[in-house]
Amino acid sequence: MQIFSKDKTYGFMKLSPVTLAISIILLLGSFTLMFTKGLNYGIDFSGGTLIQVQYAKPIALDTIREAISKSELFKDATVTHFGSSEEVVIRFLSSTASLEANLESSITQTLKDTGSFEIRRVDMVGPKVGDELRIKGLTALLISIGAILIYIAYRFEWRFAVSSVLALTHDIIIVIGAIILFNIDVNLDILAALLTILGYSLNDTIIIFDRVRESTHEAKEYNLNEVIDYSVSRTLSRTTLTSLTTLFVVATLFFFGGEIIKGFSFTLLVGIIIGTYSSIFIASPLLSRFGFNIRTYREKEIAKQKRRLEKEKLRAQFEKGIV
Amino acid sequence: MRKGAVTYRLIVFLVALLFGVGFSIPTLFQTDKGSKITLGLDLQGGLHMLLGIESEAAIASQMKNIASNIKFFTDDENILIDSLRMSEERVSFELLDPDESKNIEKMLKKIEGIVVSNDGQIYQIKLTEEERKRVIEYAINQAVETIRNRLDQFGLAEPSVARQGAENILVELPGIKSAQEEQRARELIAKAAHLQLMAVDEGRKDQAYKMSDKEAASYGDVIYKDARNEEHRHLLQAIPILDGSMLTDARVAFDQMNQPVINFTLNSQGAKIFGDFTGKNVGNHLAIVLDEKVYSAPVIKERIGGGSGQISGGFSIQEAHDVAIALRSGALLAPIKLLEKRTIGPSLGADSIKASLVALISGFIAVVSFMIIYYGLAGIIANIALIVNILIIIAAMALFGATLTLPGMAGIVLTIGMAVDANVIINERIRELLRIGASVRKSVDQGYQNALSAIIDANITTLIAAIALYAYGTGPVKGFAVTMSIGILASMITAILGTHGIYNFLMSRIEKNPNTSLWFGIKRG
Repeated sequence: MQIFSKDKTYGFMKLSPVTLAISIILLLGSFTLMFTKGLNYGIDFSGGTLIQVQYAKPIALDTIREAISKSELFKDATVTHFGSSEEVVIRFLSSTASLEANLESSITQTLKDTGSFEIRRVDMVGPKVGDELRIKGLTALLISIGAILIYIAYRFEWRFAVSSVLALTHDIIIVIGAIILFNIDVNLDILAALLTILGYSLNDTIIIFDRVRESTHEAKEYNLNEVIDYSVSRTLSRTTLTSLTTLFVVATLFFFGGEIIKGFSFTLLVGIIIGTYSSIFIASPLLSRFGFNIRTYREKEIAKQKRRLEKEKLRAQFEKGIV
Repeated sequence: MRKGAVTYRLIVFLVALLFGVGFSIPTLFQTDKGSKITLGLDLQGGLHMLLGIESEAAIASQMKNIASNIKFFTDDENILIDSLRMSEERVSFELLDPDESKNIEKMLKKIEGIVVSNDGQIYQIKLTEEERKRVIEYAINQAVETIRNRLDQFGLAEPSVARQGAENILVELPGIKSAQEEQRARELIAKAAHLQLMAVDEGRKDQAYKMSDKEAASYGDVIYKDARNEEHRHLLQAIPILDGSMLTDARVAFDQMNQPVINFTLNSQGAKIFGDFTGKNVGNHLAIVLDEKVYSAPVIKERIGGGSGQISGGFSIQEAHDVAIALRSGALLAPIKLLEKRTIGPSLGADSIKASLVALISGFIAVVSFMIIYYGLAGIIANIALIVNILIIIAAMALFGATLTLPGMAGIVLTIGMAVDANVIINERIRELLRIGASVRKSVDQGYQNALSAIIDANITTLIAAIALYAYGTGPVKGFAVTMSIGILASMITAILGTHGIYNFLMSRIEKNPNTSLWFGIKRG
């Protein structure tokens, strides 16, 4: 079985003005969301308390809101359903530093008239910890992007590195836009998902770039756009196949993985789609726009090769004792 | 028929297979022996806490120690001093007899990490900056040890107490099953368990109800409440005769009224101080103070040798039990504060396991059938590599004693999607060569060679991201990074070496019947 024609070369580069325009619109949209609505930090990063309660019967949120309105502890609390109408999450910004404070019993006491329930989860994060986690998370993101940049520049060329990192940043920003748009609480697991997308999207880009690098050596012409189109077309079935299998498993995670992991799998779902799109339509056109030139690249490679050969020759002569 | 070629690739793969099967058996079948993967708190339920210490209090307690030392020394040597005071910043006293200054300075020199300044007869003692750091560092380590000791004796399954970062302590209690139990565990950790034997200020004790704390401090006294009756107050000399650091044992016992009490034993130094003090103070009161509450203040009838005492104070049996544990495991040098707490009910954990297993299995079936439909027998070979890959992840995690968390499960699910990627790349390369009419043997060997650079570069960059996740992530994020890294490394063995080895082994058979539609899902060009 095969999906794409075996030797047809598709004209991706012709589409690049359109796709770049689409990406710019998506990026602008994400930035607008970031600066207007902003990220909805969960308690991992903002600090605060989260209580997950499961009732025996479906429960109206107003019943709970009324019950907790009398208690000072739950000041400014938000109440939402969690996955089903029996399950409720109460969130508020305050947290207690006292080890002996019996939060569970105050919750039980406050909610005792709302029906029969079970407290399934209580998370409390102090404000200092939240700050620390946020800084650590950002550091992780920046350091890994930096390390990747260096690695690709070493293995390929700086234009490859810059293009792939820009494509990567593009993916992350658009995914963040989607996270804001769909009101997903940003907790540690979302950070993990973002870093996974980073790795995944890069994977895709590198496979294509690897093919570009290879074709550059073999191409009879010096037309970069043709080389890129050829390389993207040759890797297209791999790109599609891997994206589909990964999308399959992430979709099962999203639909069957349970409520707790929903934000995580949603982020991955969006990220894989955007990552695949950017590898094909953004990273390679960027390479061309940064002025990557096959002729000079090859000349450089040949010069490198020559230097190496000369060194080897010298060494051989030295070892033979001629010099 | 010619026998298949056994190459080093196949051997490496078989060794990896044996490793994967062997070490994943304990986990998969939950055998009694062998190392298994432990489930994270988010999957099995339990209590996770990040604790910090109040470092100012650790400093204050060190100052108190220094003051106690000075008092003991001057009492012992009969050196007269007055207005011995202490605060977080400094300890100060006035030497009444200037002739003794040499003696006292010699003694002060022996105390490490302090700066002494004197203005005539007034001595001021401060801690050096390094000493302050050392004291805090020591207090954190001591807190980790103490909490671990207490929880070990509490009787929960697998408590884990570890230092995290420069000043935090991570406590994980998977065994907690109820809110009451959790409350008790937290109270046990929080207990300062600071036992002090203190002298009652006999001269002023009648003014205890009139005096403010500040006023008491000006006499070098403190006011503590009674443990049984909050209204009842005791005026005590602030610098204790001795404290719980000299305690060697504490046990629950029952008194004549069959009430639970705690019997404690002091070490030899404590016993000597206790004996000396009681000998000199017959007729006076001695207060037994635990965590700044006075449990009893009996009259000293005679010198008490042997170094043992009793705390009675209307404990319940459970309370007495917990107090004795806390005393035995030592006092906390500084109060503990709660920075982060996560409680996961066991039912929620079970739901999460169920949900992620469903995702794992359905994702697995989808990928496996997809590969067979698309690539034919080559898909089956890739699937074998995938299964071995999963087994290796399980085995490696079990061997490292890693914890499987919900994000870790997600990492495995994701690995399933990504692990076949290498084989997809290889198979595409093989197909390309078959299409231009290369022989099967050449297509396979050349295909692997062509695919290698892309796979290696892609894996290394993903690994870089995983390492960053591990280095800067906490808890669950770390778990995710671990499963993903192991998955990537294992896929290098299974997907690249393993499948190649299988092709090498089967090559003569493929060449005999080169039906490439069956083997690779396409016709040869």
